[in-house]
Amino acid sequence: MKNAQNARRSLGNALFILPAVIFILVFMIYPFIMTVRMSLDTGVNLKLTKFIGLANFQQLLGDHFFINLGSMSGALVNNGLWLVLYTGGCVGLGLFIAAVADRVRYERVIKTIVFMPMAISATAAGVIWLFVYAPEPNLGVLNGALSALGINPIGWLGQPSTVNFAIIVAAVWGGTGLVVVILSAAIKGVPDELIEAATIDGATPFQTFRKIVLPMIAIPLSVVIVTLAIGVIKVFDIVYIMTRGGPSGDSRVIAYTYYVETFNGGRGGYGAAAAVIMVLLIIPVMAFNIRRFRLDEGSRDV
Amino acid sequence: MSTVVAPRSASSAKTLRHRFVATARRWPIHLTLFVVAAVWIVPALGVFVTSVRPRNDILGSGWWTILLHPNLTLGAYSEVLGSFGFGQAFLNSVFITVPATVLPISIGALAAYAFAFMRFPGRKTIFFIIIALMVMPTQAAFVPILQMFRALNLNGGFIGIWLAHTAFGLPFAIFLLRGFFVQLPGEILESAQIDGASSLRIFWSIILPLSKPALASLAVFQFLWVWNDLIMNLILLSNPALYPLPVQTAGLLSGYGQEHDLVAASSVLLMIVPLIVFLSLQRYFVRGIVAGSVK
Repeated sequence: MKNAQNARRSLGNALFILPAVIFILVFMIYPFIMTVRMSLDTGVNLKLTKFIGLANFQQLLGDHFFINLGSMSGALVNNGLWLVLYTGGCVGLGLFIAAVADRVRYERVIKTIVFMPMAISATAAGVIWLFVYAPEPNLGVLNGALSALGINPIGWLGQPSTVNFAIIVAAVWGGTGLVVVILSAAIKGVPDELIEAATIDGATPFQTFRKIVLPMIAIPLSVVIVTLAIGVIKVFDIVYIMTRGGPSGDSRVIAYTYYVETFNGGRGGYGAAAAVIMVLLIIPVMAFNIRRFRLDEGSRDV
Repeated sequence: MSTVVAPRSASSAKTLRHRFVATARRWPIHLTLFVVAAVWIVPALGVFVTSVRPRNDILGSGWWTILLHPNLTLGAYSEVLGSFGFGQAFLNSVFITVPATVLPISIGALAAYAFAFMRFPGRKTIFFIIIALMVMPTQAAFVPILQMFRALNLNGGFIGIWLAHTAFGLPFAIFLLRGFFVQLPGEILESAQIDGASSLRIFWSIILPLSKPALASLAVFQFLWVWNDLIMNLILLSNPALYPLPVQTAGLLSGYGQEHDLVAASSVLLMIVPLIVFLSLQRYFVRGIVAGSVK
């Protein structure tokens, strides 16, 4: 009698999650399984056509648009560049700005300004920086400054040697605010007495920062790095807006390869293989998220 | 008491000269922050200024000389809003974003409530799967979703995009709200249960009103997520009459790259709502972004 009641209540409880579970099954899990299946297929015109095993992956790894270790180019290499420069740039600048702004009264204003790009889209940020990099010295502020110094304008987005750096700088402009906001809260959590004690002991500001502040903000710092890394694996919008992967494929990233192969080339299987590679790269990050969540839950239970 | 007062009177005894020296020694900090502010403001300012300059002025002189050439016009705005379809695109953005914000929050709140307070088989496993899906790239789902929509004749319309945005917004919605719900005081819940209130009733008249801050943060986050999205709209919408602002801007860029005033005006239109949301709801916005930093 009691068991039946419990079972009925447990069934009633499950009804609360039913709509969410249906959505997630239909629009995330089932499509993901189908994408994995598609990656093992020719997928002509985005339909399952012929099973070809891992041939798409083999072909991708030999595709110089995807990875070219000889000239260190291709989408996968570019994502690697993004990982180092975008993540490093946002964290370095964000930490620096948070630490410096912490010492003035108008801290809030600075944080608001740097955080503002977080509100706008990558599309808008891309357009903003298209103007900054414009080759005409009367349009782009960067080439305007160069021409004032008597230097010829540079086509930042038009040449392979600068295009990736130029897009990454735009993205760092967009992403640094997140680091500033999360880490400035963390920096404020470091007790003043500790910093005073270190200063009295003769530590330089840099030493104080490295030996005392940095270890104390290690957890939020790791969260920020993971977040930025996820952003790098998924990056698409800003590249699409600024260069469409150009010139001649030099600024492609994995998500761009997926897009071009799938929707311009109609090669569903090949594109799906790129998507599966994105998922494979993101799995370690997922594992980190879950582990962190478990730790949080553990500490709450105690 | 006197030990507290003593150092204070000592500090107020500091001469003006001392204070001046102290301020002067801090100038590298102020200079650094001035440069930081400039680097963040100048790029955006360029687009705003370019959008209100006459087309002939734009290539004739740099926007930073605007004070020397103070000609302003809203011509670019009337042109993009009218003949370039950005008025319609703005409405489309609203039509897409509002349901795609309300739906995942409502469905997510129900699920988060169950994950926070109820027992049912598989609770933990399902929840971990949902957390894992929080970071799933949309690319890993687009083509099968498109095929499903084609089969159901939802292809390319608003309903499809609402459903897809709802699904991809749910894991984070559930994660954020559950995190908030479990921190609510348990006694309130228990006393309501003792009074015989049903689960749905407790959810509606106790949990939701107490969770307004979390719901607001989530709403701001999801709203901007959908409003700013390019790729999902680009792929799932096939009818140009339904394009929202980001897709319309991307189209304008590829077709009319040389009409700089139009491109600038269109991106200002794209930014204006997020900036208003940001400046008016900054507290919720920052909370949402910080909580969402796992997505």
